[in-house]
Amino acid sequence: MTLMAEPSATGRFGEFGGRFVPETLVPACQELEAAFRDAWADPVFRQEYRDILRDYAGRPSILTECHNLGRRLGIRLVMKREDLNHTGSHKINNVLGQALLAKRMGKTRLVAETGAGQHGVASATAAALMGLECKVYMGAVDVARQELNVFRMRLMGSEVEAVQSGSRTLKDAVNEAMRDWVATVGNTHYCLGSVMGPHPYPWMVREFHRVIGDEAREQMSTSFGGDPDVVVACVGGGSNAMGIFSGFVDTGARLVGVEPAGGAAVGRGVPGVVHGMRSYLMQDEYGQVQEAHSISAGLDYPGVGPEHSYLASIGRAEYPAVTDAEVIDAFQLLSRTEGIIPALEPAHALAWIVREAPTMQGATVLMNLSGRGDKDVAQMMEILR
Amino acid sequence: MSAAPGRMEQSFRDRRAAGRKLLVPYITGGLPGWQDALRAAVAAGADAIEIGIPFSDPVMDGPVIQEASQRALDAGATPVSILHEARELDVEVPLAVMLYYNTVHHAGHHRFAEQLASAGIVAAIVPDLPLEEAGPWCEAADASSIETVMLAAPTAPDERLPRVCARARGFVYSVGLLGVTGERSALASTATTLAGRLKAITDVPVLVGVGVSNAAQAREAVQVADGVVQGASVVRRLLEAGADAVGEYVAEVRAAIDADI
Repeated sequence: MTLMAEPSATGRFGEFGGRFVPETLVPACQELEAAFRDAWADPVFRQEYRDILRDYAGRPSILTECHNLGRRLGIRLVMKREDLNHTGSHKINNVLGQALLAKRMGKTRLVAETGAGQHGVASATAAALMGLECKVYMGAVDVARQELNVFRMRLMGSEVEAVQSGSRTLKDAVNEAMRDWVATVGNTHYCLGSVMGPHPYPWMVREFHRVIGDEAREQMSTSFGGDPDVVVACVGGGSNAMGIFSGFVDTGARLVGVEPAGGAAVGRGVPGVVHGMRSYLMQDEYGQVQEAHSISAGLDYPGVGPEHSYLASIGRAEYPAVTDAEVIDAFQLLSRTEGIIPALEPAHALAWIVREAPTMQGATVLMNLSGRGDKDVAQMMEILR
Repeated sequence: MSAAPGRMEQSFRDRRAAGRKLLVPYITGGLPGWQDALRAAVAAGADAIEIGIPFSDPVMDGPVIQEASQRALDAGATPVSILHEARELDVEVPLAVMLYYNTVHHAGHHRFAEQLASAGIVAAIVPDLPLEEAGPWCEAADASSIETVMLAAPTAPDERLPRVCARARGFVYSVGLLGVTGERSALASTATTLAGRLKAITDVPVLVGVGVSNAAQAREAVQVADGVVQGASVVRRLLEAGADAVGEYVAEVRAAIDADI
């Protein structure tokens, strides 16, 4: 089987994926699958999507070689600069695709979940641009630690609801967004923010982020003499990692998805079913989903996209974890050595690179710098005080 | 179509044939006082009981049942402890469980079906396991004589409903509205519309649940359906006032659906 192609008819990547949703949502998922399949095969839609990525999101994003840090680590370190996209992260790729699709399907309203707020901001942005109503669910804990992003969303006309149930973080925001969608499915599209959820989301969201990997493959070839030895990205749900992996899955490059130690679904989970999918999941002995704990709201998720579970199960990608302390160091290191303040999420990827550099001397390492750190500056100011 | 009806379906068919409308209260297992509430509901005229097994991420449930689930989990309830307590209930009516699929998936299909059977449970409702994904569980449940109730939603196209009904054991759970469990001020028009569509194509008992919020709405629903499931309205009374209030409420609904039209 070709890796990172279309999933099976039941939305499976190996044993992972599927469509575990309430009956009410089955027709909506089927309709979305058909609409995406149709749109993705339509040159007019593809052109419209390419145009909006170029003229609104600012693609292609550049590659930056980090000479100072690379020299210090003994590697050639190249960053894919998704932090330079409009709204400050890779999330805009997926959201613009889904918003175009929602309009094509005649939907007038988006609902979205958000952790750190990047997907929520991106959704609010696309909704403002395309004249869609938008409601974003965000865990109350995250609302408190990411208040700038909450303000941004409201500024662009979206409603933000602080979710008070469960762990009051990303997983509960997903629950609440699904509950909304169950009640509003007629006019509403659920703009899911990662390569997770029921079929067709893991596949569709990966396809919308494939542009990251496709661009990087070409840029590496043009400017750096060929494919990298290692491709590294952080993994919560795993969308930015899927995006960049998709460009290199058929090369000899080592693919590394870095999880937070407190939310290591692949590293510490066992297969389970939540949020519409079968995937690795942190759960207790009775199958209750456990709460993730990490410094980064965007990675505070106890599950992971099903295609990551598949890539892990066949050994094509590896999923190590890093601690909050390593992340705090990496966040400062990139800021000081390269003048780039990363978001806490991609700081996880860098933390792994810093730790493993002694074993990769001379290697070319491509990291997906999936978002910029502006949103995290207030939180880091408290931590570093 | 299939084998002889299971215990719950046979009981429902018999009662329906005798002209009785079916009343199935939902009670969150493991919530302090749940066993007393369950016995009170049976004494007040319930035809079966749906025991909720709390889950950390109940996507089909609104605020009341979410809160009840969380309180039960905080009190230390587990699927094992609830099934253990269910075994001690000694009530005459059939007992079903309502649970989310990961509880089954984690335990293993066959093992979990056997655990239900040995606790005296005869049916299971798994709201996040739609028809296309239900095969492995249904097979294991059939093997242990656990009746798997299928849900039918207002969004289902006509071609889907016969397949849902064909796989349903016990009863068909006709979802009353677009939305999660919880009380509403009026019965949604979708409730009787869907129940009517189902009644037209199946002789498996059809019960309306989700958004049937009081005695008057239950009475309205059974004009078309064979019965009702009452969830949030029951659980709210248990949370706020205890087992006696549950018994009084079930008696009130019983009287309303029994009354001559």
